[in-house]
Amino acid sequence: MLELDIHMSKSIEELQEIGKRVRRDIVTMITAAKSGHPGGSLSAVEIVTELYFNTMRIDPANPKWADRDRFILSKGHAAPVLYSVMAERGYADTPKDQLNTLRKLGSVYQGHPDMRFIPSLEASTGSLGQGLSLGLGMALGARLDGRPSRIYVMLGDGEIQEGQVWEGAMAAPFHKVDNLVAIVDYNGIQLDGFVKDIMDVAPLADKWRAFNWHVIEINGNDPVAVRKAFEEAATVKGKPTCIVAHTIKGKGVSFMENNPKFHGVAPTQDELKRALQELN
Amino acid sequence: MPLKTKFELKPGPATREAFGRTLVELGRENKDVVVVDADLSKSTMTTYFAKEFPDRFFSCGIAEADMVGVGAGLAASGKIPFVASFSVFVMNKGFEQLRIGAAYGRSNLKVVGTHSGISIGEDGPSQMSIEEISLACSLAGFVVIAPADEASTKALVRAAAAYQGPVFIRTGRPKAPIIYNGDQKFEIGKAVGVVEGSDVTIMANGLLVAQAILAAEQLDAEGISARVLDLHTVKPLDRGAIGRAATETGAIVVAEEHLVDGGLGVRVAQAVAEIHPCAMEFVGIHDTYAESGETEELLEKYGLVARDVAAAARKVLSRKR
Repeated sequence: MLELDIHMSKSIEELQEIGKRVRRDIVTMITAAKSGHPGGSLSAVEIVTELYFNTMRIDPANPKWADRDRFILSKGHAAPVLYSVMAERGYADTPKDQLNTLRKLGSVYQGHPDMRFIPSLEASTGSLGQGLSLGLGMALGARLDGRPSRIYVMLGDGEIQEGQVWEGAMAAPFHKVDNLVAIVDYNGIQLDGFVKDIMDVAPLADKWRAFNWHVIEINGNDPVAVRKAFEEAATVKGKPTCIVAHTIKGKGVSFMENNPKFHGVAPTQDELKRALQELN
Repeated sequence: MPLKTKFELKPGPATREAFGRTLVELGRENKDVVVVDADLSKSTMTTYFAKEFPDRFFSCGIAEADMVGVGAGLAASGKIPFVASFSVFVMNKGFEQLRIGAAYGRSNLKVVGTHSGISIGEDGPSQMSIEEISLACSLAGFVVIAPADEASTKALVRAAAAYQGPVFIRTGRPKAPIIYNGDQKFEIGKAVGVVEGSDVTIMANGLLVAQAILAAEQLDAEGISARVLDLHTVKPLDRGAIGRAATETGAIVVAEEHLVDGGLGVRVAQAVAEIHPCAMEFVGIHDTYAESGETEELLEKYGLVARDVAAAARKVLSRKR
């Protein structure tokens, strides 16, 4: 049987270079679309980049390889970060030269991830709260077949206000799936403002611990910490891992950082210019 | 042959029981068949599967949204998952997950609702599902099936497992009168001609098929020749059979244990309007919730027995052009 070379094994420095390009893609494509969610895309760059370029066993030339690892962007509104990273990684159905067609009629880059347009995606998302249950099902399926697949689900911190997240959070440790990793992008901001003011989710790590998850708390914008967290998660037996990733909303663009305005508003042309200067 | 001789309508197993037994057969034949349940396995009858295949049975606790999502995830892993609960719970509490995970996500998920309609009896309206056909049909790409008895349930659960794509199957709690012998073939999307007739057509599914047969008997005694069609597949509809009924009999009654708003009747009416408009009447539940009681009492009180179907047939015949 053909043994696939499924690990990219990029160095941290290489990841940081990719991350810079991804951040430029994100602000550029959202500006071109005139709508979208820059803040929560920028906060997740290090995590999604590490997954697709180092941690995950995937083969973009064979996206439906049965033993692959899988990523579900449960916070589907952060689609631009996923589109850019998948385009960087070379999936045939995420062409790099079409990123700026985001949200336009006929584009594969739909407002939220849509498997009908990009079959290499693992789930169509956008209605918050549903990714963890899907990931649990995938983790159970992989275990049943004795496959090595690991399932990664990225949740927003606002998203976990949805009740279904906690149904899944209760069920995953009950089923003892250690091939499932939830990542909470804890950037502290949701559409209407700061999470602590809308519906506080703290103490977040304690909540997941109380639900019997192995919990790792990190700076989610530190690529070394992100890599180490995924490595630690892979060693955990008998329970799923939740990575509580403290991140900065709008990370990398000074005027977007920690600014609730940029949860769901596109930059103007002038703002794009300033953002790209900072990201160069 | 007189209808009374042809259809004894002896009490048979509930359609949920037929589902549970068939699920075990499917489990033996295909290791990819898995089940996800939300603390109702002893009622949905997935308990038979759970006992024989504990490794392929996943409990989600009382959490229908999670159950549907986990099922869709298992389908994404190449499994053939059956998720089951009372119709009222899986369809109402799991609707958004069915929409995103199963319909929009083009999942190979099989959704089975048990305890459908008002015939569940004593538990009352909070557990009675009278709107799920409407909801299921609004999920793009879903196949929607409501079998009438044991034989048809067995065949259609098998057909659903073999079909690639999301399916909703509506089953019931009470014993279901036996309509078919083992020879009858069932195909998704293909109506079964149960009784031949030329004056009026009665279209029904679920428990109302037996009532339609009884109504046809009553009408026969009055010299009215009623055709009975079992429309076990509500989506996609058998437009051919509906078109022939409209053209050949010119009068249609649709009978179902469901709200008349959004159920089989309105879907048939849409097809009839498009193909060959004719007079129609609708037997079902009219904009209300039922109450606790015994099955037979409830079906009587809420107008879902043969007498009501026959009355609707006489009425539609009076309007037939």
